[in-house]
Amino acid sequence: MIRSDAPVLLEIRDLQARVEDKAILKGVNLTVRAGEIHAVMGRNGSGKSTLSKVLAGHPAYTVTGGSVTYRGDNLLELDPEQRARIGVFLGFQYPVEIPGVSNLEFLRVATNARRGEKGEEELDTFAFEDLVRERLKVVQMDPAFLERSVNEGFSGGEKKRNEILQMALLEPVVAILDETDSGLDIDALRIVAGGVNQLAGPDNATLLITHYQRLLDAITPDYVHVMAAGRILRTGGKELALELEQRGYDWVDEELAALEAAGDRTPVEVG
Amino acid sequence: MTASLSAPGSSVMGRSAWLEPWLATLPAPSGPLEAVQVRGRRALREQPVPSSRQEDWRFTDLSLLQQLQQAPGAGDAAAAASAAALPPPAPGAFRLVLDGRSDPLDGVTLPEGLQALNPLEIGQGLGHTLAATGCEQHWPVELNHAAAGTLLALRVTARHSVRLELVSAAGAGLLPLRLLLVLEEKAALEVNQLLLAPGPGSISLVLEAHLARSARLHHGLVALGHPEAALLGHLALEQEPESSANLTAVSAGWGLARLEPRVLQVDGQAVTTLRGLQVVDGRQIADTHSHVRFNGPEGQLDQLHKVVAAGQGRSVFNGAVRVPREAQRTNAAQLSRSLLLSDRARIDTKPELEIVADDVKCAHGATVSSLQTDELFYLQSRGIGADQAAQLLQRAFCEEVLRELPAVARAWCPLEALQRQDGLA
Ligand SMILES: Nc1ncnc2c1ncn2[C@@H]1O[C@H](COP(=O)(O)OP(=O)(O)O)[C@@H](O)[C@H]1O
Ligand SMILES: [Mg+2]
Repeated sequence: MIRSDAPVLLEIRDLQARVEDKAILKGVNLTVRAGEIHAVMGRNGSGKSTLSKVLAGHPAYTVTGGSVTYRGDNLLELDPEQRARIGVFLGFQYPVEIPGVSNLEFLRVATNARRGEKGEEELDTFAFEDLVRERLKVVQMDPAFLERSVNEGFSGGEKKRNEILQMALLEPVVAILDETDSGLDIDALRIVAGGVNQLAGPDNATLLITHYQRLLDAITPDYVHVMAAGRILRTGGKELALELEQRGYDWVDEELAALEAAGDRTPVEVG
Repeated sequence: MTASLSAPGSSVMGRSAWLEPWLATLPAPSGPLEAVQVRGRRALREQPVPSSRQEDWRFTDLSLLQQLQQAPGAGDAAAAASAAALPPPAPGAFRLVLDGRSDPLDGVTLPEGLQALNPLEIGQGLGHTLAATGCEQHWPVELNHAAAGTLLALRVTARHSVRLELVSAAGAGLLPLRLLLVLEEKAALEVNQLLLAPGPGSISLVLEAHLARSARLHHGLVALGHPEAALLGHLALEQEPESSANLTAVSAGWGLARLEPRVLQVDGQAVTTLRGLQVVDGRQIADTHSHVRFNGPEGQLDQLHKVVAAGQGRSVFNGAVRVPREAQRTNAAQLSRSLLLSDRARIDTKPELEIVADDVKCAHGATVSSLQTDELFYLQSRGIGADQAAQLLQRAFCEEVLRELPAVARAWCPLEALQRQDGLA
């Protein structure tokens, strides 16, 4: 839902980042307002996951230029945990398995960290169990998964549902979902998309990173961005996703080559 | 590499200067262990105190034992308080407090299935398993011989199942604990043993257990110490065929903790499970020297040793497995996994497999890792602070061993205690 008077939640300006000595993000610009759903598409290796990890504060990535403002504050100077507590959520492309840490306890500690930030009281184990059982319904997940170690031995689809469960508990302001659709069968996709739709509202925003149109059949984006070689090459409405589906990404490469030949915003090499 | 071991005053002479004065404080040999005391004191006068010159003690500095000269008494109140603060015994469990002075069975009615050994049986059994597992002359064992004045000697009668809780807290000086356990055919014994040292002090533990055919022993040891406390423990088992034994030992907070599980499968065909978790921080040393020997075919060993090393802590693991020619079709697996939390901590781990039989399965492995960046980041990305995330991961690492402790012993083992920087101080 686009409302031009809605407050800006996330403002990414000319963001550049590298990992080790390799420049990956080469000037990303993106403005996200409350109530909006953005899709970010692009070939493998175009920098989508890097963008999401930089936003979440992964220590492997170094920001070399540009800015990210979250509700008016400089997001980049905050620790990852602080970003999460104030409402930035990253749904991982590859959720991490943590043997020996109980999923239930993990979810409770995380939920309480976010609640504390919002000035809400911490939930004890009983109150939390009530909450988690209710939120499990959003992703139609079996409570048995709460008793297991975090993501350990979960199938691809189960891991993704666990991500959406975390999102349902943390109630983020900006949710960045990195290929939450990959590895899902049709039923799981429907459940995950249903969860995202339920959680999307006028006061929050969603950034969906995806390869495929099929997720966008279930979740209608307000904007579609095409990423290539570390920046956003083109922005359009949901019809852009359909165009990509029909024409593939070759035209993106051509457009990128033309752009680079023209010397316009040539990727900045760092190192 | 061993510069830290030649600190001033730790020459061999200086190292053992405490011994004579300490021996002089011991009461004259008497009581049920009189002969053992005489033997131990003689041995200590003849054997040098172990030093880094001996391969088995290369990394393990015993200078903490110098404080043994100290008259006992000072820390006893704290020790008594820490033992008294324990939750009550688990339902169906029988608790004994071992204080190293009084006869633990004085005025006690033993539960069904548990009997005190008589002097004749003690005479026959005491030292048997130590000799069979080749450690009767080890220095820490002789130290126990020299000092122990009381003994807990019990039999679990055939087909009975017993749960025992043994609690000891060290004050200043040395607390010597000597145990002899005899499990008859098909007897089952679960022992939850808690050793506490809330302040400076030392504990010497020597346990012998004989498992008859089809007997089952589950021994869970939780030892929570202090940076100025030392623990020396020998846990010696003889297993007859079809018996099974699980020794799970968790230690944290000790200036020095050296544990030596020694197992002999007398005719093979038994199952041995060894689990160890040692946590070191500050300048603490944790050392496990295990020794398992199969004197017959088809024996099984499943061993996992874990270490968490922070600060300038140091850990040593030496896992000897002996598979002679007669031990065909032995199946042994040994894994040591260390979590290194500081680049100033040191870990030395060495499997020592001696396999002569040709038809055996023996696997061993050793890993040393630090906290995984991706695991930390995942937790942090959910709002969990870096320190708490590290603690969760550390606890998860320990969990694999902790979950093998009997339930009661787990309750004694608050994970916070494992993570506390300064033991129980
Ligand atoms: N941690 C890393 N170390 C080295 N290279 C990386 C790392 N993360 C990403 N890259 C590289 O950055 C580029 C962009 O990767 P990524 O952001 O994962 O793309 P996408 O998610 O669009 O497929 C790729 O060439 C990838 O190999
Ligand atoms: Mg990706």
